[in-house]
Amino acid sequence: MTLTTRSIAAAAIAALTCSAPALAQESTDPIVIPTHNWSSQVVMSHVVGQIFEEMGYTVEYVSTDSQAVYEAVRLGDVTLELEVWEGAFGVAFSEALEKGGIVDAGDHNAVTREEWWYPLYVEEVCPGLPDYQALNACADKFATPETAPKGRFLGGPVDWLKHDQERVEALNMDFVVVNAGSAAALWAELAAAEKEGRPIVLFNWTPNFIEALYPGKFVEFPPYEEGCKDDPAVGPNKEMTYDCGNPANGYLKKAAWDGMEEKWPAAYAALTKISFTNAQIAEMAKLVDIDEMEPEDAAAEWLEANEDVWKPWIE
Amino acid sequence: MTLATAAAQAPAGVRFRPAHVAWALLALAVLLTLLRPALPDGIVRPPEWLVWPISEGLNRFFDWLQNDVGFSVVTRGFAAAVGWLLDLASALLVPTRRGYPLPDVVCQNIGLCTGHAIPWTIFAITGFCVGTWLRSWKLGLLCGLTFVYLAVFGQWQWAMQTLSQVAVAVPLSVALGFVLGALAWRKQWFEQVLTPLLNLAQSVPHLSYLIPVVVFFGVGDHAGVIATVVFATPPMVRMTILGLRKVPPEVIESGQMCGATRWQVMRHARVPTARAEILVGVNQVIMQCLAMVVIASFIGSPGLGDKLLNYLQSLRIGSSIEIGVSIVLIAVMLDQLSRAWAEKQPVHWERGTPWHVRHRMLLVWSGLVIAALLATLAHDYAHEIPRRKAISTKDFWDAGVDHLLAWLSAPAAKVRDFLLLQVLTPIRDAFQYPPFLAVLAAVAAVGWAVGGARSALTVVLLIAFLAVSGWWDRSMITAYMVTVAVVLAVAIGLPVGVWASLPRPSRGSPGWWFNQAVRMLGILIVSAVGAAAVVFVLETVVPPTPAVEYSLFLAALAAIAYGIERYTRDVTRDRFLLFLCDTVQTFPSFIYLIPVIMLFQVNDVAAIAGVIIYGTVPMLRYTVEGMRGVPASLVEAAEMSGATRMQKLRTVSLPLALPTIMIGLNQTVMFSLMMVIIAAFIGTQDLGQEIMRAKALSDVGMSLVLGFCVAAMGLAVDHVATRWAAKRKKALGL
Repeated sequence: MTLTTRSIAAAAIAALTCSAPALAQESTDPIVIPTHNWSSQVVMSHVVGQIFEEMGYTVEYVSTDSQAVYEAVRLGDVTLELEVWEGAFGVAFSEALEKGGIVDAGDHNAVTREEWWYPLYVEEVCPGLPDYQALNACADKFATPETAPKGRFLGGPVDWLKHDQERVEALNMDFVVVNAGSAAALWAELAAAEKEGRPIVLFNWTPNFIEALYPGKFVEFPPYEEGCKDDPAVGPNKEMTYDCGNPANGYLKKAAWDGMEEKWPAAYAALTKISFTNAQIAEMAKLVDIDEMEPEDAAAEWLEANEDVWKPWIE
Repeated sequence: MTLATAAAQAPAGVRFRPAHVAWALLALAVLLTLLRPALPDGIVRPPEWLVWPISEGLNRFFDWLQNDVGFSVVTRGFAAAVGWLLDLASALLVPTRRGYPLPDVVCQNIGLCTGHAIPWTIFAITGFCVGTWLRSWKLGLLCGLTFVYLAVFGQWQWAMQTLSQVAVAVPLSVALGFVLGALAWRKQWFEQVLTPLLNLAQSVPHLSYLIPVVVFFGVGDHAGVIATVVFATPPMVRMTILGLRKVPPEVIESGQMCGATRWQVMRHARVPTARAEILVGVNQVIMQCLAMVVIASFIGSPGLGDKLLNYLQSLRIGSSIEIGVSIVLIAVMLDQLSRAWAEKQPVHWERGTPWHVRHRMLLVWSGLVIAALLATLAHDYAHEIPRRKAISTKDFWDAGVDHLLAWLSAPAAKVRDFLLLQVLTPIRDAFQYPPFLAVLAAVAAVGWAVGGARSALTVVLLIAFLAVSGWWDRSMITAYMVTVAVVLAVAIGLPVGVWASLPRPSRGSPGWWFNQAVRMLGILIVSAVGAAAVVFVLETVVPPTPAVEYSLFLAALAAIAYGIERYTRDVTRDRFLLFLCDTVQTFPSFIYLIPVIMLFQVNDVAAIAGVIIYGTVPMLRYTVEGMRGVPASLVEAAEMSGATRMQKLRTVSLPLALPTIMIGLNQTVMFSLMMVIIAAFIGTQDLGQEIMRAKALSDVGMSLVLGFCVAAMGLAVDHVATRWAAKRKKALGL
């Protein structure tokens, strides 16, 4: 009974608004978009959600863990994922691809990078940066009582599965890797260090809101080469793996549940066309982190200011 | 010390042996530790054949359950039912959620699906009236102002999302808890099955059952509610069993004499007689549900918890504090309301009392609601205050935290370096050094001393699980952090708790003057912060001139100071302390982890500091409770025999309060174990970090096994502490 009324209503809407083509064949179930705990992803999710709503869909947002989400996409519990970072989630994504149930919905026109990073004032105490050998030469400047005489590198949470410890060993660096437990812990230490002018080197990534708050640079390690993480022969240290930096131009993909194309064809078509640039992503993050807007308001504002960007995607 | 007391207590003859066995076991432990360099690897660390692939087994079992048995149909169906309830709750509170769960016919007739939430003004009025009706105008004011705060500070929508989850989780937990409790009370075997499960559910850290919930129920608010129910039901079960068991047989017999059926006896005799215990259970459920607000947002619950995590992620501490205040206010409000409900006795009116007198509050409420509805027609703000128009004190808190950190950073650095190098690292090494068989022997010694062979076997089996699971080293790091945190929590909590429960010094004595000075200083500081916040808020609305601002500040300071002074004049130290405990316990712990990192950096000092803040609460609470419970007659007797204050404390009050304090210690250990896992967000190397990794890998088995490791340690301590306290109580004749 409810279903029939609903589909009649949907048909009526389709008939009335010519801009929504053939919606009658589309499912009226909500498209579930997962949000994570960093602002650019949340705003982007709302931007895309509001685009879908513009197309006549209902959308639901659900906050989930950024690693566990691939399992949820596979099962169809959530419909898509808008930020698949090569460095952070490449492994989880390709594992999910192998298991099936998830499809690659194309790349954003953006590059991602995850690497050791320092705030700009560190260059005063450690000349020669951003080269990693220069960093190693002044490792003692980064020492804390528990790591002395070695320097202290503040890595991301262990569950991000970075291989900083292996890299320190492969490149023979005088650093101790200390893992923070969350991104919030990274920023809290950075904020405190900056206030005191204390040298610090920590894990960071781009695009990220932190760039706008604290100017800084990535450390330049031996450039990433294919095979450097598995094959000891690749890279400067011929005996060990992980003797290189992370890819400086990692992909940023979109992923979708493999049933999405069938269930919401127009939305899927739009999703494959959607592509944001680094600048656009940084701007979205800025609206929330610097201008302190709520994500849904930030998304509405971004959509209003950038109609020429997103209108072509739904035509 | 435990050993010494046990030995001293044992009467000559029969009970002489346990102490000997305990000493022998302890000697074995020491010997093994000293001999470590000479020992084979299989004794130092659990050998490979001892480590069972438990997590793989669990994973296979869950796979089988889900895919071959098709259990997921049941769980998904249950999840859908919970989702429907949530839709219903949010149709009333936050109609932003998709669609309406009711058929259109119902919608049109009862006006539920208008797309408008109930205006905040009506909530505030209802809160005020219910609070006043249940207890007093003070409680009414607290409830009303809580809703005003939520609306005016722009937290309304999130708070309503959270409340709609609470509104579903609480009745579910209460119903489930009552049914399980009643069954356990009726059937002995069911209770025997249920008790260990309850112990487990209460000691496995919440983070480790999030993954199983996600696998079986998916992500989203319904999953959050289900995780909350798992956590919140056990206290309800326990209180139901306790309540039903306490019903005197006379009540039942009188019911049976009236010819009541079994169901009627249950409905009209047992449950009303057990009302007080059952309502305490309900109160516990509410508090547990609110404690889960932040954790549940990890698996997709929207609302205050989710916003809180997002704010912390971008270091917006001020905004997080405002959310923290919302959670505390909601918790305090619901706590007090449910207590007032439990305590309220039915009112009996004289025959012939007119209707409007009997229902005066209902009339007042209706009048106010009509006024509020008219107000919503006049202005939208009476219906909803948009977040952008809401006032906020976040910049004030941010600036405050900045100042505080700048102030404390130099001494904090000294404390950190000292603790890390001189205290923590040596202790950590000491925990990792002994061979695992030595640890087991020591644990057995403690168990034997407390409860003989049976207890020794229990605790050894529990701790042996750490070795068998393959997480021995991680577990020892957790043990070290918890031990340090508990020692410090006791060092803080015990003296403060004892001080707070000392009798009030007589008026005019030096002690009284000291108390007054401390109280005035406290009032002055709190009012200064409050007045600064008031001025700050006014500044954002209408910027005043400096002179006006100054006088405003002084006026606000005087007003707030006067208010607090009046309100707290009769509040004793122990009541104030309990109030503080309630606040700390409900304030989301994640918020103070960030300033703690800023002070101490990412290391064990920060993690342990975070644990202590939370772990001191039960120590304080039970010390105060224990001191309160000392029979006044005994203290008087000591007084009459001429004991000084210190003597009274040392020889009478403290020994008599000790069993209760031991329960507090036990609770401190449990709280610290929970919190040490949450401290993984700072960055630790213990079980918590591995639980986070399991969460990232979606590994159900690993996540549960790690949770069981934490539970095993907690249950072992629990066993020893309760045994010891019970023995002690019996000996003291309490």
